[in-house]
Amino acid sequence: MLNRKEAPPIIDTVNLNLQLKHAEKFTLDNGVDVYAVNAGAQEVIMIELVFFAGNSYEEKNIVAATTNFMLKNGTKNKTAFAINEHFELYGSYLNRNCYNETATLTLHTLTKHLHNVLPTMEELLMESIFPEDELAIYKQNQKQRLAVNLKKCDFIANRLIDEYLYGIQHPYGKYTSTIDYDKIEREELITFYEKFYKKGNCILFVAGKLPTNIQQQLNNVFGKLPFNKKQINQPTHHAQPSIEKKYNIINDANGVQGSIRIARSFPNRHHEDFMKAQVLNNIFGGFFGSRLMANIREDKGYTYGIHSYLQNHIQQSAWMISTEAGRDVCKPTINEVYKEMKLLQTKLIDAEELDLVRNYMIGGLLGDLDGPFQIIARWKTYVLNNLTEAYFYNSVNTIKTVTAEELQELAKKYFNEDDFYELTVV
Amino acid sequence: MIEYNRFILENGLRVLVHEDNSTPMAVVNIMYNVGARDEMPDKTGFAHLFEHLMFGGSINIPEYDEPLQRAGGDNNAYTTNDITNYYCTLPAENIETAFWLESDRMLSLAFSEKSLDVQRKVVCEEFKEHYINKPYGDVWHKMRALAYKVHPYKWMTIGKELSHIENATIEEVKAFFAKHYCPANAILVVAGKVKTEDIKNLAEKWFGVIPSGIKYNRNIPKEPQQTEARFLEVKANVPLDAIIKTWHIDARLQKGYYVADIITEILGGGGSSRLFQSLVKEQKIFSNLDCYHFGTIEEGLLTIEGKLVKGIKMEDAEKAINNELQKFIDEPATETELTKAKNKTESVIAFEDMSVMSRAGSLALYELLGDANLINTELSKYNSITVEDVKEYSKKIFNTTNSNTIHYYSNN
Repeated sequence: MLNRKEAPPIIDTVNLNLQLKHAEKFTLDNGVDVYAVNAGAQEVIMIELVFFAGNSYEEKNIVAATTNFMLKNGTKNKTAFAINEHFELYGSYLNRNCYNETATLTLHTLTKHLHNVLPTMEELLMESIFPEDELAIYKQNQKQRLAVNLKKCDFIANRLIDEYLYGIQHPYGKYTSTIDYDKIEREELITFYEKFYKKGNCILFVAGKLPTNIQQQLNNVFGKLPFNKKQINQPTHHAQPSIEKKYNIINDANGVQGSIRIARSFPNRHHEDFMKAQVLNNIFGGFFGSRLMANIREDKGYTYGIHSYLQNHIQQSAWMISTEAGRDVCKPTINEVYKEMKLLQTKLIDAEELDLVRNYMIGGLLGDLDGPFQIIARWKTYVLNNLTEAYFYNSVNTIKTVTAEELQELAKKYFNEDDFYELTVV
Repeated sequence: MIEYNRFILENGLRVLVHEDNSTPMAVVNIMYNVGARDEMPDKTGFAHLFEHLMFGGSINIPEYDEPLQRAGGDNNAYTTNDITNYYCTLPAENIETAFWLESDRMLSLAFSEKSLDVQRKVVCEEFKEHYINKPYGDVWHKMRALAYKVHPYKWMTIGKELSHIENATIEEVKAFFAKHYCPANAILVVAGKVKTEDIKNLAEKWFGVIPSGIKYNRNIPKEPQQTEARFLEVKANVPLDAIIKTWHIDARLQKGYYVADIITEILGGGGSSRLFQSLVKEQKIFSNLDCYHFGTIEEGLLTIEGKLVKGIKMEDAEKAINNELQKFIDEPATETELTKAKNKTESVIAFEDMSVMSRAGSLALYELLGDANLINTELSKYNSITVEDVKEYSKKIFNTTNSNTIHYYSNN
């Protein structure tokens, strides 16, 4: 007779030997480094060009993001329509994204169409003209989008908490206003493009089912471009955190929920506490079974979800707790967050809970390493953060070996209510 | 070609196994043949609320998540108007944990009052977060009610109103479980680093003894053919005027569905699509514009929606959309436009199939639709569509008597 009360035996995932698939590294004729992961069964490929052209490099707000966005909006010989039609005709996706340090141009395509679309990527990087009318449409539509977003309490909360942590002048803390869009000039985009794209510093990441001549194909298209001729140094920015710690904002008098953000500054990945903090974060609010979820959602029903995480920044990070809670239970929610912090400081995490989180995290890593795009994403993080694959194996080791005492010490060091910014936006 | 093996347990549970040794993981996916369309009009949102309760402990296992997490696994679930789907991924070595957990909650839930009480609140917060506390958050509540007069697609999965969720009782939860959550109404798909023989044994061991239950025969009133254009005006605290328009299209397995899918690609599928190029870029009438459909199993809606550029009048925006649609009928899609839509479809399928979890979910849905092998024949259906098909079907659906329109005004 089957005993349903008893769990089937399991293998502790901490005993699994996790391997990060190696990324092949090669260099194009112009000195651009390429990291390549050849994996997967589907005939698909991703090519990402990472430029050091994020908003840290701009002198005026949103120049970096606008330049990046408008890479697809016109070249000497192609209109925005023609560019879009070209990629779409081959079922390919060309996306661009602007971050704090970097800005990217990313292609996803069926491998069989790669040779058709690669040359057009080159065209965008060398011959973009940033047409005035395209810029006007972009400004108008972005301003409209912003007007809608400013009605959302979560959008407001995300902007403000970063401002408190880093200051409005810092790349991690600044945000966009309607006036910023009005002030953008075409000439500024062209200057930024010339400096940070055409003659910029670039790294390539490719993954998927790679054709055997991938190195040659990339070299033919990108290897002759004037990238990496001179090292571009990142300007230094100093955070100017806000003095005041607690904020209550009413954005919509009729709002039925409040967006709560509780955050403190935290060092970057190179700090010795970072990996251990990831484990503590998981226990605290990093997954569905975390203490914050168990208490505030699954026991009290104050929210649909509550999460904590370490911000994914290169220079410095922050430890963030984020939730949308019923308007009348915002205060009790915040109290419970601090209560959970206190508990981690005062009471040792028991072995059962710690084992569960270890197994969950290793299982999650195993799943995360499944597929070429996931593997290259990990490599990209390491390369951009100036880390090596040793970081991966150290992380795994930390998950397996960190002790309850070490986690308690960490909680004592970082979970002090007075160090946290606290914001509620209704 | 996605290979799979299929067998049926004596109690009627359908099992599909998709072996893929390139991953170290296994996926266990259970799809129940019940969605928001199976709810009563005065108790909407129930299928989704019930999905939450499936995590509140089962008859022999007090906690669903904990043992799964301990086995290195993770899980989630979703409810649509058509179906409810539960899936977990875990290291393949620990797959039996998923069988143990999933079979126990198919056998019986714990039906805890505490869990119901908490999840009512959680779902109410979910409702508020997505549909009340967001600009334009109510637009689909209103559009569904406008476009469907009879069919239960007239309410959203989250429910028609908060009170329906707040009033749910434990007796209703028990009755819903008995009616829908049984082997006769479920499909189990196991995928990843597994062997069919092992899965047969595990399925037999854990699910084989669960009573079959009564096969649910859906008896949903058909939506009568719409015979005149419907309009609704809304004024709300939003910054921009918006238009949302829908037209009834064919059910999931009918040819018209595939043609409609291609039409949404041509009209709104990207930066070179017709509506975007004409109405956003050239005429500058909308600041954003989307054309899509929800992929429902029964007769669905093709949608065009957009926000108006400040200063543009609603009538002019309405006219501009209608002109484009008339043009689409008069000067039908070109071969290039059609090729573009087909290539994109091929590409979407290839990217989706990269994930073993996505393959498992698709197999379950196609099995539910009547034939799991549809997963391998879908692309050829799209590829057989001609310019003529697109022209004819556009003419048929883009008929004013088949249209529903909301003019959503900003009162700021």
